[in-house]
Amino acid sequence: MPRNADKTAFMQGLRLTLPFNLVIVPFALLFGVLAGEAGWDAVMALAMSVVVVAGASQFAALQLIQDNAPFIVVVLTGMAVNLRMAMYSAALVLHLGPAPLWQRALAAYVLTDQTYAIGVRHYELNPSMTPREKVLFFGGSALAIVPIWNLFTVIGAVAGRAIPPEFGLDFAAPITFIALFAPLLRSVPHLAAALVSICAALLFGFLPYNLWLILAAVLAMIAGVVVESLLERRA
Amino acid sequence: MMSNAEIWAIIVALGIGTFMIRFSFLGLIGDRRLPRLLERLLHYLPVAVLPALVTPLVLAPEATDGAFDPARALAATAALAVGAWKQSAIWAIIAGLSVLFLGLALLG
Repeated sequence: MPRNADKTAFMQGLRLTLPFNLVIVPFALLFGVLAGEAGWDAVMALAMSVVVVAGASQFAALQLIQDNAPFIVVVLTGMAVNLRMAMYSAALVLHLGPAPLWQRALAAYVLTDQTYAIGVRHYELNPSMTPREKVLFFGGSALAIVPIWNLFTVIGAVAGRAIPPEFGLDFAAPITFIALFAPLLRSVPHLAAALVSICAALLFGFLPYNLWLILAAVLAMIAGVVVESLLERRA
Repeated sequence: MMSNAEIWAIIVALGIGTFMIRFSFLGLIGDRRLPRLLERLLHYLPVAVLPALVTPLVLAPEATDGAFDPARALAATAALAVGAWKQSAIWAIIAGLSVLFLGLALLG
């Protein structure tokens, strides 16, 4: 019998992540529709979503395949778009590190912007959670969105009908990302980091291979820690 | 046109590649602690990476071929303001989507 706290953690992960389907659904539909337009069958579109589980990488790879880019360029670009996940992986060590290897591997498979950001926020707000509860929370969170991501990829590919751009499906992605960080803007160091992040994105946007994103993230994290230290010293 | 076999190969290779990226630290470091400074830096990761990720998508959306779009910019602002004010992701999404659809209907 699972302990009560375990079940609670799993259900909380599920419940806190379910609302994100409001934006996951249109985004998955859009990927399916674009894959369908590119001549992919539904099985192929589904396989991409199931195997890669990363919206931005999938869109980038699909575009490059359309452009007939060489194999290695498609794969490396798709990976570069996802490079921020290495940082997420490092940040999750603190919380999921004590879990058995197979659980960490499963968590890595369903590691997304959503599961990462929702997870660490919840872990920080609930410091008494055990590693096992954290894993279960993460699992509940993933279960809330990953099957929906796959399902609506298929629906998009089968429906295949071009959805007019006036529907603004493309904008589901930025809205999700904003929803993930807006609630975190509670302290001066967090605000400073976000500000540096935006400025660096504007300044270094010309850098290729998503290097601008990694650079912006590193500079913004440094800004957060520096401001935090300054405030501590003054206090 | 790429053959289906080539596309399947890309799907598999990209799947392995992105998994390795996500498994990297979780898999290799496991139960050991990261250096204290790194942990402090990573504490700010969500607010360090997501605003940068969003900035070009908001200012130069691909759907409009990179042209600034008032409806999308307003939707992003609404999501940010409401999300920060309510401390809630769901309210950010609701505000962002509402303003987006309203803006696209009125301005688009």
